[in-house]
Amino acid sequence: MLQGNNLECVRGDRVLFSGINFSIKPGELMQVRGPNGSGKTSLLRMLCGLAVPNSGKVSWNGANIRSISEEYCGVITYLGHMSGIKDELTAIENLRIASALSGVEVDEKRACEALHQMGLIERENLFTKLLSQGQKRRVSLARLLLVRTQLWILDEPLTALDVSAIELMKNILERYLAQGGMVVLTTHQEIDVSAAVTHQLYLS
Amino acid sequence: MLIWVIRRDLLLAMRRQADVLTTLFFFVIVVSLFPLGIGPEMNILRIMAPGVVWVAALLASMLSLGRMFSNDYLDGTLEQILLSPTSLSVLVLGKMFAHWLITGVPLVLMAPVLGIQYDLPSSALIVLALSLLIGTPILSLIGGIGAALTLGLRGGGVLVSLLVLPLYIPVLIFGAGAVEASTAGLGVDAHFSLLGAFLLVSLVLAPWATAASLRVSME
Repeated sequence: MLQGNNLECVRGDRVLFSGINFSIKPGELMQVRGPNGSGKTSLLRMLCGLAVPNSGKVSWNGANIRSISEEYCGVITYLGHMSGIKDELTAIENLRIASALSGVEVDEKRACEALHQMGLIERENLFTKLLSQGQKRRVSLARLLLVRTQLWILDEPLTALDVSAIELMKNILERYLAQGGMVVLTTHQEIDVSAAVTHQLYLS
Repeated sequence: MLIWVIRRDLLLAMRRQADVLTTLFFFVIVVSLFPLGIGPEMNILRIMAPGVVWVAALLASMLSLGRMFSNDYLDGTLEQILLSPTSLSVLVLGKMFAHWLITGVPLVLMAPVLGIQYDLPSSALIVLALSLLIGTPILSLIGGIGAALTLGLRGGGVLVSLLVLPLYIPVLIFGAGAVEASTAGLGVDAHFSLLGAFLLVSLVLAPWATAASLRVSME
Protein backbone atom coordinates (compact mmCIF):
# COMPACT_ATOMS: atom_id res chain seq x y z
CA MET A 1 0.00 0.00 0.00
CA LEU A 2 1.31 3.40 -0.99
CA GLN A 3 0.49 6.32 1.27
CA GLY A 4 1.18 10.01 1.04
CA ASN A 5 0.91 12.02 4.24
CA ASN A 6 0.63 15.77 4.13
CA LEU A 7 2.96 16.15 1.17
CA GLU A 8 4.21 19.61 0.34
CA CYS A 9 6.31 20.87 -2.55
CA VAL A 10 7.91 24.31 -2.64
CA ARG A 11 9.67 25.73 -5.71
CA GLY A 12 11.52 28.94 -4.94
CA ASP A 13 9.10 30.85 -2.70
CA ARG A 14 6.01 29.42 -4.36
CA VAL A 15 4.11 26.58 -2.77
CA LEU A 16 3.13 24.23 -5.60
CA PHE A 17 0.97 22.04 -3.43
CA SER A 18 0.57 21.22 0.23
CA GLY A 19 -1.45 18.97 2.44
CA ILE A 20 -1.73 16.15 -0.11
CA ASN A 21 -3.00 12.93 1.42
CA PHE A 22 -3.88 9.69 -0.31
CA SER A 23 -3.55 5.96 -0.01
CA ILE A 24 -3.55 3.42 -2.80
CA LYS A 25 -4.20 -0.28 -2.27
CA PRO A 26 -3.59 -3.17 -4.68
CA GLY A 27 -5.85 -2.95 -7.72
CA GLU A 28 -6.38 0.78 -7.35
CA LEU A 29 -5.58 3.59 -9.73
CA MET A 30 -4.77 7.19 -8.92
CA GLN A 31 -5.04 9.80 -11.64
CA VAL A 32 -3.23 13.04 -10.92
CA ARG A 33 -4.71 15.98 -12.77
CA GLY A 34 -3.99 19.65 -12.98
CA PRO A 35 -2.87 22.39 -15.35
CA ASN A 36 0.73 22.75 -16.58
CA GLY A 37 3.06 23.74 -13.78
CA SER A 38 0.79 22.53 -11.01
CA GLY A 39 3.39 20.07 -9.73
CA LYS A 40 2.27 16.75 -11.21
CA THR A 41 5.76 15.69 -12.19
CA SER A 42 7.17 16.95 -8.88
CA LEU A 43 4.62 14.84 -7.02
CA LEU A 44 5.45 11.74 -9.06
CA ARG A 45 9.17 12.24 -8.52
CA MET A 46 8.46 12.40 -4.78
CA LEU A 47 6.47 9.19 -4.95
CA CYS A 48 9.34 7.31 -6.52
CA GLY A 49 11.93 8.80 -4.18
CA LEU A 50 13.84 10.93 -6.70
CA ALA A 51 12.81 14.10 -4.88
CA VAL A 52 12.33 14.72 -1.17
CA PRO A 53 9.05 16.32 -0.07
CA ASN A 54 9.47 19.68 1.67
CA SER A 55 7.28 18.28 4.37
CA GLY A 56 5.26 15.14 4.90
CA LYS A 57 6.27 11.64 3.89
CA VAL A 58 5.59 8.91 1.40
CA SER A 59 5.28 5.44 2.86
CA TRP A 60 5.16 1.99 1.36
CA ASN A 61 3.39 -0.64 3.53
CA GLY A 62 3.85 1.68 6.49
CA ALA A 63 7.60 2.30 6.11
CA ASN A 64 8.99 5.62 4.91
CA ILE A 65 10.41 5.08 1.42
CA ARG A 66 13.58 6.99 2.36
CA SER A 67 14.48 4.27 4.83
CA ILE A 68 13.81 1.34 2.48
CA SER A 69 14.98 2.94 -0.75
CA GLU A 70 16.64 -0.07 -2.42
CA GLU A 71 13.84 -2.43 -1.49
CA TYR A 72 11.29 0.14 -2.67
CA CYS A 73 13.07 0.59 -6.00
CA GLY A 74 12.57 -3.14 -6.56
CA VAL A 75 8.77 -2.87 -6.36
CA ILE A 76 8.16 0.23 -8.49
CA THR A 77 8.48 1.09 -12.15
CA TYR A 78 8.76 4.76 -13.01
CA LEU A 79 8.36 6.11 -16.51
CA GLY A 80 9.24 9.77 -16.64
CA HIS A 81 8.81 12.56 -19.12
CA MET A 82 12.11 11.68 -20.68
CA SER A 83 11.93 8.23 -22.09
CA GLY A 84 15.41 7.01 -21.20
CA ILE A 85 15.83 5.78 -24.76
CA LYS A 86 19.28 5.98 -26.31
CA ASP A 87 19.28 7.01 -29.95
CA GLU A 88 22.40 5.00 -30.73
CA LEU A 89 20.95 1.71 -29.52
CA THR A 90 18.39 -0.47 -31.25
CA ALA A 91 14.90 -0.94 -29.82
CA ILE A 92 15.83 -4.40 -28.50
CA GLU A 93 19.07 -3.20 -26.90
CA ASN A 94 17.26 -0.28 -25.28
CA LEU A 95 14.58 -2.53 -23.88
CA ARG A 96 16.96 -5.22 -22.63
CA ILE A 97 19.19 -2.67 -20.93
CA ALA A 98 16.28 -0.80 -19.36
CA SER A 99 14.88 -4.07 -18.03
CA ALA A 100 18.26 -5.15 -16.71
CA LEU A 101 18.55 -1.84 -14.84
CA SER A 102 15.16 -2.56 -13.30
CA GLY A 103 16.54 -5.87 -12.09
CA VAL A 104 15.08 -8.23 -14.71
CA GLU A 105 17.32 -9.78 -17.32
CA VAL A 106 15.43 -10.73 -20.47
CA ASP A 107 16.68 -12.56 -23.52
CA GLU A 108 16.34 -11.28 -27.03
CA LYS A 109 13.28 -13.40 -27.81
CA ARG A 110 11.33 -12.17 -24.81
CA ALA A 111 12.22 -8.54 -25.57
CA CYS A 112 11.15 -9.05 -29.17
CA GLU A 113 7.77 -10.41 -28.06
CA ALA A 114 7.20 -7.41 -25.82
CA LEU A 115 7.96 -5.02 -28.68
CA HIS A 116 5.55 -6.95 -30.93
CA GLN A 117 2.88 -6.66 -28.27
CA MET A 118 3.44 -2.92 -28.24
CA GLY A 119 2.91 -2.90 -31.98
CA LEU A 120 6.53 -2.47 -33.04
CA ILE A 121 6.95 -5.11 -35.67
CA GLU A 122 10.08 -5.31 -37.84
CA ARG A 123 11.51 -2.26 -36.07
CA GLU A 124 13.32 -4.24 -33.37
CA ASN A 125 16.76 -3.91 -34.88
CA LEU A 126 16.54 -0.32 -36.05
CA PHE A 127 18.45 2.37 -34.21
CA THR A 128 15.89 4.27 -32.20
CA LYS A 129 16.99 7.57 -33.70
CA LEU A 130 15.20 6.33 -36.84
CA LEU A 131 11.94 5.82 -34.96
CA SER A 132 9.20 8.39 -34.49
CA GLN A 133 8.38 9.92 -31.09
CA GLY A 134 5.39 7.63 -30.72
CA GLN A 135 7.42 4.56 -31.57
CA LYS A 136 10.11 5.55 -29.06
CA ARG A 137 7.39 5.92 -26.44
CA ARG A 138 6.21 2.39 -27.30
CA VAL A 139 9.74 1.09 -26.75
CA SER A 140 9.86 2.61 -23.28
CA LEU A 141 6.36 1.37 -22.46
CA ALA A 142 7.32 -2.17 -23.51
CA ARG A 143 9.34 -2.37 -20.29
CA LEU A 144 6.06 -2.48 -18.37
CA LEU A 145 5.33 -5.83 -20.01
CA LEU A 146 8.64 -7.36 -18.92
CA VAL A 147 9.22 -6.04 -15.43
CA ARG A 148 6.87 -7.40 -12.79
CA THR A 149 6.56 -4.76 -10.12
CA GLN A 150 3.74 -3.88 -7.74
CA LEU A 151 3.45 -0.17 -8.47
CA TRP A 152 3.67 1.75 -11.71
CA ILE A 153 4.29 5.49 -11.59
CA LEU A 154 3.65 6.84 -15.06
CA ASP A 155 4.23 10.46 -16.01
CA GLU A 156 2.34 11.31 -19.19
CA PRO A 157 2.68 7.82 -20.67
CA LEU A 158 0.31 8.59 -23.52
CA THR A 159 2.20 11.55 -25.01
CA ALA A 160 2.79 11.08 -28.75
CA LEU A 161 0.82 7.82 -28.87
CA ASP A 162 -1.80 7.26 -31.56
CA VAL A 163 -5.37 6.09 -30.91
CA SER A 164 -4.62 2.39 -31.28
CA ALA A 165 -1.64 2.61 -28.93
CA ILE A 166 -3.74 4.45 -26.33
CA GLU A 167 -6.30 1.65 -26.56
CA LEU A 168 -3.49 -0.89 -26.14
CA MET A 169 -2.16 0.99 -23.12
CA LYS A 170 -5.64 1.09 -21.58
CA ASN A 171 -5.87 -2.71 -21.91
CA ILE A 172 -2.43 -3.18 -20.40
CA LEU A 173 -3.33 -0.93 -17.45
CA GLU A 174 -6.65 -2.69 -16.88
CA ARG A 175 -5.06 -6.13 -16.98
CA TYR A 176 -2.37 -5.01 -14.56
CA LEU A 177 -4.90 -3.47 -12.16
CA ALA A 178 -7.05 -6.60 -12.31
CA GLN A 179 -3.99 -8.63 -11.28
CA GLY A 180 -3.62 -6.44 -8.18
CA GLY A 181 -1.17 -3.84 -9.45
CA MET A 182 -1.23 -0.21 -8.35
CA VAL A 183 -0.96 2.66 -10.79
CA VAL A 184 -0.30 6.36 -10.35
CA LEU A 185 -0.84 8.18 -13.62
CA THR A 186 -0.78 11.70 -14.97
CA THR A 187 -2.24 12.45 -18.34
CA HIS A 188 -3.85 15.25 -20.26
CA GLN A 189 -5.64 12.85 -22.58
CA GLU A 190 -8.95 11.37 -21.55
CA ILE A 191 -8.43 7.71 -20.81
CA ASP A 192 -11.13 5.65 -19.24
CA VAL A 193 -9.37 2.91 -17.33
CA SER A 194 -11.66 0.76 -15.23
CA ALA A 195 -10.23 -0.14 -11.86
CA ALA A 196 -11.58 -1.43 -8.55
CA VAL A 197 -11.20 2.08 -7.16
CA THR A 198 -10.08 5.17 -9.08
CA HIS A 199 -8.80 8.07 -7.01
CA GLN A 200 -8.71 11.49 -8.62
CA LEU A 201 -6.20 13.94 -7.29
CA TYR A 202 -6.51 17.55 -8.48
CA LEU A 203 -3.57 19.89 -8.14
CA SER A 204 -4.22 23.54 -8.79
CA MET B 1 23.98 -5.83 -13.42
CA LEU B 2 27.44 -4.28 -13.37
CA ILE B 3 28.15 -6.12 -16.62
CA TRP B 4 25.08 -4.56 -18.27
CA VAL B 5 26.16 -1.04 -17.39
CA ILE B 6 29.68 -1.62 -18.67
CA ARG B 7 28.44 -3.33 -21.84
CA ARG B 8 26.00 -0.53 -22.51
CA ASP B 9 28.59 2.22 -22.11
CA LEU B 10 31.08 0.37 -24.31
CA LEU B 11 28.41 -0.20 -26.95
CA LEU B 12 27.52 3.49 -26.91
CA ALA B 13 31.19 4.42 -27.17
CA MET B 14 31.55 2.10 -30.19
CA ARG B 15 28.67 3.89 -31.88
CA ARG B 16 29.94 7.38 -31.02
CA GLN B 17 33.55 6.83 -31.92
CA ALA B 18 34.22 10.53 -32.42
CA ASP B 19 33.97 11.05 -28.66
CA VAL B 20 36.58 8.39 -27.93
CA LEU B 21 38.95 9.49 -30.66
CA THR B 22 38.82 13.16 -29.60
CA THR B 23 40.30 12.27 -26.23
CA LEU B 24 43.03 10.12 -27.73
CA PHE B 25 44.00 12.63 -30.43
CA PHE B 26 44.05 15.44 -27.91
CA PHE B 27 46.56 13.43 -25.89
CA VAL B 28 48.66 12.56 -28.94
CA ILE B 29 48.77 16.13 -30.21
CA VAL B 30 49.53 17.80 -26.87
CA VAL B 31 52.36 15.36 -26.17
CA SER B 32 53.76 15.79 -29.71
CA LEU B 33 53.69 19.60 -29.61
CA PHE B 34 56.42 19.88 -26.99
CA PRO B 35 59.24 18.19 -28.93
CA LEU B 36 58.29 20.27 -31.97
CA GLY B 37 58.35 23.49 -29.96
CA ILE B 38 61.55 22.80 -28.07
CA GLY B 39 63.58 21.25 -30.86
CA PRO B 40 65.97 18.31 -30.73
CA GLU B 41 67.42 19.09 -27.29
CA MET B 42 67.47 15.49 -26.12
CA ASN B 43 68.59 16.21 -22.57
CA ILE B 44 65.85 18.76 -21.95
CA LEU B 45 63.22 16.54 -23.58
CA ARG B 46 64.23 13.54 -21.51
CA ILE B 47 63.84 15.57 -18.31
CA MET B 48 60.48 17.01 -19.38
CA ALA B 49 58.94 13.83 -20.73
CA PRO B 50 57.28 12.37 -17.59
CA GLY B 51 55.67 15.65 -16.59
CA VAL B 52 54.43 16.48 -20.08
CA VAL B 53 52.94 13.04 -20.73
CA TRP B 54 51.27 12.95 -17.35
CA VAL B 55 49.83 16.47 -17.59
CA ALA B 56 48.51 15.66 -21.07
CA ALA B 57 46.92 12.49 -19.67
CA LEU B 58 45.22 14.46 -16.87
CA LEU B 59 43.81 16.98 -19.32
CA ALA B 60 42.71 14.33 -21.82
CA SER B 61 40.96 12.36 -19.11
CA MET B 62 39.26 15.52 -17.87
CA LEU B 63 38.11 16.43 -21.35
CA SER B 64 35.83 13.42 -21.42
CA LEU B 65 34.48 13.74 -17.87
CA GLY B 66 31.53 15.87 -18.94
CA ARG B 67 30.15 12.96 -20.92
CA MET B 68 30.29 10.46 -18.06
CA PHE B 69 26.80 11.32 -16.80
CA SER B 70 25.45 14.21 -18.87
CA ASN B 71 24.04 12.15 -21.76
CA ASP B 72 22.27 9.84 -19.34
CA TYR B 73 21.02 12.87 -17.44
CA LEU B 74 19.57 14.50 -20.54
CA ASP B 75 17.68 11.49 -21.86
CA GLY B 76 16.34 10.30 -18.52
CA THR B 77 18.44 7.12 -18.22
CA LEU B 78 20.05 8.49 -15.08
CA GLU B 79 16.65 8.55 -13.34
CA GLN B 80 16.28 4.88 -14.18
CA ILE B 81 19.78 4.17 -12.86
CA LEU B 82 18.92 5.95 -9.61
CA LEU B 83 15.72 3.91 -9.32
CA SER B 84 17.43 0.61 -10.00
CA PRO B 85 17.16 -1.95 -7.19
CA THR B 86 20.91 -2.51 -7.52
CA SER B 87 23.08 -0.35 -5.28
CA LEU B 88 23.82 2.96 -6.99
CA SER B 89 27.50 2.83 -5.97
CA VAL B 90 27.92 -0.44 -7.86
CA LEU B 91 26.32 0.96 -11.01
CA VAL B 92 28.44 4.10 -10.72
CA LEU B 93 31.55 1.95 -10.37
CA GLY B 94 30.53 0.22 -13.60
CA LYS B 95 30.23 3.54 -15.38
CA MET B 96 33.63 4.63 -14.06
CA PHE B 97 35.21 1.38 -15.19
CA ALA B 98 33.70 1.84 -18.65
CA HIS B 99 34.99 5.41 -18.73
CA TRP B 100 38.47 4.14 -17.92
CA LEU B 101 38.30 1.45 -20.62
CA ILE B 102 37.24 4.06 -23.16
CA THR B 103 39.54 6.93 -22.24
CA GLY B 104 42.26 5.57 -19.93
CA VAL B 105 43.36 2.39 -21.68
CA PRO B 106 44.06 4.05 -25.05
CA LEU B 107 46.32 6.55 -23.25
CA VAL B 108 48.22 3.73 -21.53
CA LEU B 109 48.76 1.99 -24.85
CA MET B 110 49.73 5.13 -26.72
CA ALA B 111 52.07 6.64 -24.09
CA PRO B 112 55.13 4.41 -24.79
CA VAL B 113 54.96 5.22 -28.49
CA LEU B 114 54.80 8.95 -27.76
CA GLY B 115 57.59 8.61 -25.21
CA ILE B 116 59.98 7.67 -28.01
CA GLN B 117 59.81 11.28 -29.23
CA TYR B 118 61.40 12.28 -25.93
CA ASP B 119 64.23 9.79 -26.29
CA LEU B 120 63.21 7.92 -23.15
CA PRO B 121 65.07 4.64 -22.59
CA SER B 122 62.93 1.52 -22.92
CA SER B 123 62.97 0.84 -19.18
CA ALA B 124 61.50 4.31 -18.59
CA LEU B 125 58.88 3.73 -21.27
CA ILE B 126 57.71 0.61 -19.47
CA VAL B 127 57.57 2.49 -16.15
CA LEU B 128 55.62 5.29 -17.88
CA ALA B 129 53.02 2.86 -19.22
CA LEU B 130 52.77 1.08 -15.86
CA SER B 131 52.38 4.33 -13.93
CA LEU B 132 49.59 5.35 -16.30
CA LEU B 133 48.02 1.91 -15.95
CA ILE B 134 47.73 2.41 -12.18
CA GLY B 135 47.10 6.16 -12.39
CA THR B 136 44.43 6.56 -15.07
CA PRO B 137 41.74 4.57 -13.18
CA ILE B 138 42.23 7.04 -10.30
CA LEU B 139 41.55 9.88 -12.75
CA SER B 140 38.26 8.27 -13.83
CA LEU B 141 37.27 7.55 -10.24
CA ILE B 142 37.99 11.01 -8.85
CA GLY B 143 36.72 12.67 -12.01
CA GLY B 144 33.38 10.92 -11.56
CA ILE B 145 32.79 12.83 -8.32
CA GLY B 146 33.35 16.14 -10.11
CA ALA B 147 31.20 15.12 -13.06
CA ALA B 148 28.36 14.15 -10.72
CA LEU B 149 28.59 17.36 -8.68
CA THR B 150 28.50 19.64 -11.73
CA LEU B 151 25.73 17.71 -13.50
CA GLY B 152 23.21 19.99 -15.15
CA LEU B 153 25.02 23.18 -14.18
CA ARG B 154 25.78 25.90 -16.68
CA GLY B 155 29.50 26.13 -17.30
CA GLY B 156 29.94 22.76 -15.66
CA GLY B 157 32.94 22.03 -17.87
CA VAL B 158 35.07 24.80 -16.36
CA LEU B 159 33.84 24.09 -12.86
CA VAL B 160 34.70 20.42 -13.12
CA SER B 161 38.31 21.28 -13.97
CA LEU B 162 38.55 23.60 -10.96
CA LEU B 163 37.12 20.90 -8.73
CA VAL B 164 38.98 17.93 -10.04
CA LEU B 165 42.43 19.13 -11.11
CA PRO B 166 43.62 19.92 -7.56
CA LEU B 167 42.63 16.39 -6.58
CA TYR B 168 44.67 15.00 -9.46
CA ILE B 169 47.89 16.61 -8.14
CA PRO B 170 49.06 13.68 -5.97
CA VAL B 171 48.57 11.28 -8.88
CA LEU B 172 50.56 13.61 -11.12
CA ILE B 173 53.42 13.94 -8.63
CA PHE B 174 53.85 10.23 -8.02
CA GLY B 175 53.05 9.14 -11.57
CA ALA B 176 55.59 11.46 -13.13
CA GLY B 177 57.91 10.84 -10.16
CA ALA B 178 58.03 7.14 -10.92
CA VAL B 179 59.29 7.76 -14.44
CA GLU B 180 61.84 10.35 -13.24
CA ALA B 181 63.11 7.91 -10.63
CA SER B 182 63.48 5.26 -13.27
CA THR B 183 65.48 7.51 -15.64
CA ALA B 184 67.66 8.55 -12.69
CA GLY B 185 68.33 4.88 -11.99
CA LEU B 186 66.49 4.82 -8.66
CA GLY B 187 63.88 2.31 -7.54
CA VAL B 188 60.26 2.92 -8.49
CA ASP B 189 58.63 0.71 -5.85
CA ALA B 190 57.79 3.55 -3.49
CA HIS B 191 56.05 5.56 -6.19
CA PHE B 192 54.08 2.57 -7.39
CA SER B 193 53.06 1.64 -3.85
CA LEU B 194 51.73 5.13 -3.26
CA LEU B 195 49.87 5.17 -6.59
CA GLY B 196 48.42 1.77 -5.70
CA ALA B 197 47.31 3.12 -2.33
CA PHE B 198 45.62 6.09 -4.01
CA LEU B 199 43.87 3.68 -6.35
CA LEU B 200 42.55 1.55 -3.50
CA VAL B 201 41.36 4.55 -1.49
CA SER B 202 39.59 6.10 -4.45
CA LEU B 203 38.12 2.71 -5.43
CA VAL B 204 36.46 2.57 -2.02
CA LEU B 205 35.44 6.20 -1.62
CA ALA B 206 34.78 7.59 -5.11
CA PRO B 207 31.76 5.43 -6.14
CA TRP B 208 30.10 6.16 -2.83
CA ALA B 209 30.78 9.92 -3.05
CA THR B 210 29.65 9.99 -6.67
CA ALA B 211 26.43 8.16 -5.86
CA ALA B 212 25.68 10.69 -3.11
CA SER B 213 26.46 13.61 -5.46
CA LEU B 214 24.20 12.17 -8.15
CA ARG B 215 21.30 11.93 -5.73
CA VAL B 216 21.81 15.58 -4.78
CA SER B 217 22.13 16.68 -8.41
CA MET B 218 18.96 14.87 -9.42
CA GLU B 219 16.70 16.37 -6.78
